[in-house]
Amino acid sequence: MKILGSRLAVWRLSADDAYRSILAAMAGFVLLVVALIVYEAAQGSDLSIRAFGWGFLTGTEWDPVKEHFGALPYIYGTLVSSAIALFLAIPLGVGSAVFLAEIARPRVGAAISFVIELLAAIPSIVYGIWGFFVLAPWLRAGVEPWLIANLGFLPLFRGYPFGIGMLNAGIVLAIMVVPTIVSISREILLSTPRSLREAALALGATPAEAIGIALDAARPGILGAVILALGRALGETMAVTMVIGNTNRISASLLDPSATMASVIANEFSEATSPLYLSSLVEIALVLFAITIVVNGAARLLVRLTMGERRPAAAAA
Amino acid sequence: MSEAVSSRASGHIAARAVWNRVALAACYGAAAIVILPLGLILCHLIAKGLPGLSFAFFTRMPAPVGEAGGGMANAVVGTLILVGLGACFAVPVGVGAGVYLAEYGRGRFAALVRYTADLLSGVPSIVVGVTAYGLVVLPMGGFSAIAGGVALGILMLPTIIRSTEEVVRLVPQSYREAGLALGAPRWKVTQEVVIPAARAGIVTASMLAVARVAGETAPLLFTALGNRFWSTSLDKPIASLPVFIYDYARAPYDDWNRQAWTAALVLVLVVTLISALLRITLRRVAQR
Repeated sequence: MKILGSRLAVWRLSADDAYRSILAAMAGFVLLVVALIVYEAAQGSDLSIRAFGWGFLTGTEWDPVKEHFGALPYIYGTLVSSAIALFLAIPLGVGSAVFLAEIARPRVGAAISFVIELLAAIPSIVYGIWGFFVLAPWLRAGVEPWLIANLGFLPLFRGYPFGIGMLNAGIVLAIMVVPTIVSISREILLSTPRSLREAALALGATPAEAIGIALDAARPGILGAVILALGRALGETMAVTMVIGNTNRISASLLDPSATMASVIANEFSEATSPLYLSSLVEIALVLFAITIVVNGAARLLVRLTMGERRPAAAAA
Repeated sequence: MSEAVSSRASGHIAARAVWNRVALAACYGAAAIVILPLGLILCHLIAKGLPGLSFAFFTRMPAPVGEAGGGMANAVVGTLILVGLGACFAVPVGVGAGVYLAEYGRGRFAALVRYTADLLSGVPSIVVGVTAYGLVVLPMGGFSAIAGGVALGILMLPTIIRSTEEVVRLVPQSYREAGLALGAPRWKVTQEVVIPAARAGIVTASMLAVARVAGETAPLLFTALGNRFWSTSLDKPIASLPVFIYDYARAPYDDWNRQAWTAALVLVLVVTLISALLRITLRRVAQR
């Protein structure tokens, strides 16, 4: 009996260990996947890194015939289109989050944010065809001629109304990332203590001033939401590819066509014929990967620091 | 003098009241402006996509260039195959990892896995496509459905892991204690008490992740590539709905552009309807 008991104990122990190890291996698979992404990107860009070194990041020429590649116009296009997107999306997104969390009735707020989160599930190709077939003609016929006539003294708005270009890409990106900002900021605002507002109101603050106090408390988390949205904008591919015009040049004007790191990969990867050409595209993917990892890492830390263990549901999306 | 002070004070209060109104109105306005383009996109989708929608659109093959009509049967089947392939490896692994994080996830390793999964969900899908190209397309010597499935599977993984973890955490602690008190070893409690209790949640959460990925285009461009013809073989290029939309939207034919809108409408309807249903189910499961 005693022997049987101890055997059972041993068997149980090892079964528990085995079960746990299997699950741990599955969890470890994620680490493997990320390691594979890094490995493939690094190995694939080896040729290009050897050929161009750091000059790859500052070169402006992209010539498949002469086999000379520089990624600066694409890096510039990615950064500027994302900057336009955030410029539009931050005030609108935070304003809507305040409306949904503080002003609207709880039921209305929950219902609208449910719809906004659903819209975040719309595939990016759909935003792309909307930007291409609907937004571009509007910009070409109405908005851009007006910008040129009235704000044309700024280098930002010089040139021709193509409809397709940096401005279009920025607007489409703003529409795409605004749900991220709204839903996370709303959750962060809801998680700040009610007593902050009550104390402010009791001291004679107006409702808007009381909300301002709550916003102060929520600021790191909202910053996290914004950086998360930045991460999405930087890596967004299909919508941008359809509306940015895919031209390899750096222009101060937002009306001009441009290209981003993601869009050049999408456009040229399956047509890249020479090994060096392909390798240069993979190096762009490597740079893009590095940038988004840094940006997302920072965002997750900020969101987690403000919300503690409570994780916003939208962060997974 | 005191009059002057009080009038200044009342002026100050009036200014604050005005500012209060302006700030609150700005928030209303922001919400309206956010909802407007999203609503517009839906309206355009319906207006431009609905006329082309018919049963035949789902059952016919694409027509040759210059010939009107045609459907997207191969793209619908292709998307199902690609998403199914991805789910085949991402769901078991992702659920296993999620259960690990919920049941055993207190150590440093678990924290690292959690953080890595979050980072992976932020990796641009086009980069995942490049990885799948290097991992599968190059060794196999050509574009294939398998490569596309691998790319989609990688994209599903982080969402499945984190949502499984959340759902499994919702199982009451007393279930585990009851199992252990009956003398069951811990693995048996996890396998036969905790996971069945969380099953509904795990299934909906995984399907949510799977539905999300169905609309991805970028990682398929140079893995599954696309195909104008009927193909269900896993080692050949295969058509998919998102790539169909991309190709047809860029084509210089009005008829093709119309079909792109219809396909987009179908894609959005399917993805949002499934997500809405699953989210509501998930909420109900969580409240129980």
